[in-house]
Amino acid sequence: MNQPQAVHRADAASNTDLPQLYRMMRRIRTFEERVGELFVRGQSAGSMLHLSIGEESAAAGVCAAMREGDTFTTHHRGHGIFLARGADPNRMMAEIGGKEAGYCHGKGGSMHIADMGLGHLGANAIVGGGIPAVVGAGLAARHKKSGAISAAFFGDGATGQGILYESMNMAALWQLPCLFVCINNQYGMGTRIDQATANPRLHERAQAFGLAAETVDGLDVEAVAEAGRRLVDGVRAGKPAFLVVDCYRFYGHARKDKSPYRDPVEEEQGRNKDPVAFARNALISRKLAEESALDALDAEVAAEMDATIDFTVAQHEPPLSSMFRDVYAPTEPEPEPVRSRIDRILARA
Amino acid sequence: MALQELTYRDALRKALADAMTENPDVVIIGEEVGRYGGAYAVTKDLIKEFGGERVIDTPISEPAIVGAAVGAALAGLRPVAELMYVDFIGMTMDQLANQAAKIRYMFGGQIGVPMVLRTQGGTGRSAGAQHSQSLEAYVMHTPGLRLAMPATVADAYHLLRQALTKPDPVVFIEHKALYTLKETVDLDAPVPDWGKVAIRRQGRDLVIVTYSRQVHYAMEAAKKLAAQGIEATVIDLRTLNPLDFDTIRAEVEKTGRAMVVSEGVMTAGVAAELSARISEECFDFLEDPVIRVAGEDIPISVSTVLETGSVPGPQLIVDTALKLLTGRVAA
Repeated sequence: MNQPQAVHRADAASNTDLPQLYRMMRRIRTFEERVGELFVRGQSAGSMLHLSIGEESAAAGVCAAMREGDTFTTHHRGHGIFLARGADPNRMMAEIGGKEAGYCHGKGGSMHIADMGLGHLGANAIVGGGIPAVVGAGLAARHKKSGAISAAFFGDGATGQGILYESMNMAALWQLPCLFVCINNQYGMGTRIDQATANPRLHERAQAFGLAAETVDGLDVEAVAEAGRRLVDGVRAGKPAFLVVDCYRFYGHARKDKSPYRDPVEEEQGRNKDPVAFARNALISRKLAEESALDALDAEVAAEMDATIDFTVAQHEPPLSSMFRDVYAPTEPEPEPVRSRIDRILARA
Repeated sequence: MALQELTYRDALRKALADAMTENPDVVIIGEEVGRYGGAYAVTKDLIKEFGGERVIDTPISEPAIVGAAVGAALAGLRPVAELMYVDFIGMTMDQLANQAAKIRYMFGGQIGVPMVLRTQGGTGRSAGAQHSQSLEAYVMHTPGLRLAMPATVADAYHLLRQALTKPDPVVFIEHKALYTLKETVDLDAPVPDWGKVAIRRQGRDLVIVTYSRQVHYAMEAAKKLAAQGIEATVIDLRTLNPLDFDTIRAEVEKTGRAMVVSEGVMTAGVAAELSARISEECFDFLEDPVIRVAGEDIPISVSTVLETGSVPGPQLIVDTALKLLTGRVAA
């Protein structure tokens, strides 16, 4: 088998300095805003777009502790994580637009994006569906002595799925290099975490399985990066871990959801918990950056992300003939199209 | 070269051991596969030979067993996950049908999931409604999954070896009543390619298309029919995906009659699919309706009388063939 080896692009976040973390968070925020625009302009192929605005610190902070060769899976709200692991935003946006130039040639979209070259074993549209893959990747890392870790990113909603507990149990039992990252944005679709569990202290569940576990405030990306680095170091040494990043989902579950089920006061308070603004203020108050320099950086990021829309709009759709490709390996015959089959059967001499 | 007497179970074990010896990336993961040696003893002593890091005992967590195999395959291993009973496949359907089966397609062909899910099904051990089913239709209904169901000792070996070289996920369903089947085999003798049927018997009057244990029942029935002057062709599918329909079509066109035999329940099952295909594709050649002989549309009972009565056996195949060939004229 020619399974591609995970390699990592040089420009991925590997620096936990606040300016670098801020830049990555700004890129994620702006990318997500452009995803929303793509949808509004009718250029998004996917009808299901889940934005991670308000959760940027989890992606930027944890991914800063990961390195080349590490693998990961994400949930359906995973754009930011992929960007933080070095994704090309043009190819991401093109995939979200269902275009041939996208990471998965338009077949995957927002919720099934993946790139083996960057170690992205796949986003997932099944809540919890991508979690056990990191147990297998952890087994492979141990077997091949690669020194890689494998991280599963998921939301608080996945804590309702049994597969999470099966996976954590196996990772702990076998001391695999697995990291479980629960991005607690307080909502599983429209159900708030306290309406879904009697014990919202989610890290306690992981402790029960014998994992190193903690909760960090997602407002502060430096705290997330620090917790991420600490846990990832342990994971790499064969001590699996679980990290909850507490944050707030700024907008609805998906693009069309105006979240009428949320209290406007709660929403306003939640949106005040803005990791991007918090980092920006910290950079200025700690004199790590001038406001004008940050404005320039924001403008540069805006231009980068504007270009993703132009790129995507200019790309073509995959050809209809690609429809039967990749159900099976390229060495195997493609499935017979229904129309050809009908014509063949009903052909009369 | 060398003839040897092997059971179906021995052959499976040998296939695993040989594959593990050849390829250090082959690992076995499942419940009771190591120290216990497998619920049906297929993996007996493999842990002694290959160690606990390659023969991995798991907690009773079927979804994560299959999910871990998916991740291991993506990360470069060649996992063989064992599902103790096919009846538990419902537990794993997300990892199998939404993940393993679709990853190559969803990700635009970047990577496949070269894993084998070994399991066993069928009646014959009075194991009750939740340990006796034939659920291959679930698998066959899912594009992206390959499906092999060996009937013979030689195929138990060769199909499993071949499955472990395939680029796509293979569900490999053994039959629990065949583990003690003993045959004298030459494992070096050529076998049909992966994806090709085996014609176990050639006849002029009708074609019986079947697989797994029902191949043996069909052969027994064919012998009885021969005594009455009726010669049946018996086709052993070996793999249900890929499906070698070209050979089925050619054989049915020769005789003009086809019977499909499956232990799975009749409605919307494998026999239904095969019957529909034969009816569509061989319509101009058929003398009679394609007839399905399949499991009753009921759960399996513990009572051996009810259990045996729930699924096809040689007598039902004989009776059906006789009605097909003679009864319709008289009626």
